Amino acid sequence: MNTIRLPVGAIIDRAIDFLVEHLSFLTKAGADIIETVLGAIERGLIAIPTPGFIALAALAIWLLTKDRKLCLGSIIGLILIWNMGLWAATVSTIALVAVSTFCALAIGIPLGIMAAISSFLNKIVTPILDIMQTMPAFVYLIPAIPFFGLGKTAAIFSTVVFSMPPAIRFTYLGIRQIPTDLVECSTAFGATRWQRLIKLDLPLAAPTIMAGINQTVMLALSMVVIASMIGAKGLGGEVWKAIQRLQMGRGFEAGIAIVIVAIILDRVLQKLGAPKQQQKEAV
Amino acid sequence: MAKIQVQHLYKIFGPHPNRAMKMLKQGKSKDEIMTAIRHGVGVNNATFDVHEGETVVVMGLSGSGKSTLVRCLNRLITPTAGSILVDGQDVLTMDDSELRELRQRKMGMVFQNFALFPHRTVLENAAMGLEMQGVPVAERLRKADEALALVGLEAWGASYPNELSGGMQQRVGLARAMALSPDILLMDEAFSALDPLIRRDMQDELINLQDKMRKTIVFISHDLDEALKLGDRIILMKDGAIVQIGTPEEILTDPATDYVARFVQDVDITKVLTAESVMKRSEAVAYLRTDGPRTALRKMRKHNIAHLFVVDQNNQLVGIISADGAAALAAEGKDRLSDAICTDIKIVSSTTPAQDLFTIMADLPYPLAVTDENNRFKGVIVRGTLVAAIAERRGAA
Repeated sequence: MNTIRLPVGAIIDRAIDFLVEHLSFLTKAGADIIETVLGAIERGLIAIPTPGFIALAALAIWLLTKDRKLCLGSIIGLILIWNMGLWAATVSTIALVAVSTFCALAIGIPLGIMAAISSFLNKIVTPILDIMQTMPAFVYLIPAIPFFGLGKTAAIFSTVVFSMPPAIRFTYLGIRQIPTDLVECSTAFGATRWQRLIKLDLPLAAPTIMAGINQTVMLALSMVVIASMIGAKGLGGEVWKAIQRLQMGRGFEAGIAIVIVAIILDRVLQKLGAPKQQQKEAV
Repeated sequence: MAKIQVQHLYKIFGPHPNRAMKMLKQGKSKDEIMTAIRHGVGVNNATFDVHEGETVVVMGLSGSGKSTLVRCLNRLITPTAGSILVDGQDVLTMDDSELRELRQRKMGMVFQNFALFPHRTVLENAAMGLEMQGVPVAERLRKADEALALVGLEAWGASYPNELSGGMQQRVGLARAMALSPDILLMDEAFSALDPLIRRDMQDELINLQDKMRKTIVFISHDLDEALKLGDRIILMKDGAIVQIGTPEEILTDPATDYVARFVQDVDITKVLTAESVMKRSEAVAYLRTDGPRTALRKMRKHNIAHLFVVDQNNQLVGIISADGAAALAAEGKDRLSDAICTDIKIVSSTTPAQDLFTIMADLPYPLAVTDENNRFKGVIVRGTLVAAIAERRGAA
């Protein structure tokens, strides 16, 4: 078997080496920018006194969802995190997730729209997405280091790659699922492709796209934890530290904090994703 | 000049339309082409005109190509060959912006399943076509409101489509098309998804609107009764080809092929036949000014009838005189008919459907007079001729 071994790994090594050699000055510069932005966000968030932060979060959740139970649960959960002494780590994780999600959506949603419009592009994107989604998450960590160096930017890079596929897939799906008679109707009334996108495709696909955004946020959160191995710090960093020191209790505390953040984000996003018409009918 | 002129139009579905075209020209059928090279024949050599202000119903069973044909008219489907002229402009050579212009201003379309945007209010839906034209918000909402008023839905502008019944939704669909004030309305099975009672209401409403607006309408239907009711002319299609074009009565009474004959044989012919088509054009009338009782009696004897309709010099119907009445006048030596004329008689207009005639004629002791809109005498219907005329048409169909 060894006599005919194909040099897959070697080829990838050489390709990445080549890219690193010629691109790393760019990526490193990018890393600096992201590091600065992220640092600013983190400092801004941590500057808010914790009780004030929790109150603000509760208010925002109330305004967005009008869900009393969710609001109350969030307050209790966040106080528990604060009480466990994990506040700074949590804020750091939230900032990482926010920046990664923003990048993933900024790339993923337009890409999904383009794939829905051009079947040629879709043929290219689909297999890449398949690879991205089945590749073990840890593998993304390796190339992130030579490009961005150990640290938060490398973590954001691998998180973006890992969490982007649902944003693309759900956007594509949402637009492709528009009933054909509505599409035909917009054409029959002389809509341009752009008009159709703005007036028909995106409004009708919005609930599906929201579901994609939810998925992206959840994946980002899970990846941010894994990315603690390459210096993401935050709650993942706490877990990583606990593993290395075999502190089970500490590890679980950090784990519980991650679960609380995940549940709050998930429920809020689900509420936002429910189509307005249905809410109206339910009343 | 015709509003829409379609000539030798073909639509082949499949990757190699030319091969299918060649087979069609060799006289191969739709099914043969499907089995041989897996190509669908949507429209096969369709040629017809639609005149300004006319309602043409394209009718046929599902798969007959009628929906494909109408989608070729605004190029939702691009034909394989042939030509389509709208107001003399060739639709097939239009570029994208000319085509949008045509769709935005000249042709409004109404769809079988309404195709309303669920995330928009009724008013916003009605304004959609104008929105695509880039009409400013205030103006397009005003026009949409007028269009909604036209279909009686002005009070529903703020509702969402899913709060409306099917019939109301289709009114919105109609208003959306009308808001463009297009010359041409394309209606694709517009009423087929509605239940029968609502469908009939909508048909009546369309006829009313059409009386006011005089649009050029191309209406797709698989329902023969609907076609007969709405169509000034009917285009009957089978397997993508046109088998007959004609007025409803021509289609019924003079079917071009066995297929048409079979298609129409279940129609209740009394719905389509009018008083005019079953009446006898009688020369036997008495003239009020010139004819005396003896002349009237002679005319009755000659035509072997017991009653005679009396008309004035303008051929306007005055009344009826019986043989007994005329004989009595003659015996008294009077030479004017006026004293014995019965003026209280039943009259029908020439457009009355034949099915209504049976009830009108029940227990009528004398024949029924048929007049035109100016009360001019056109002919008579007696029970025997009514039944005979219907039996004869039915036998032919």
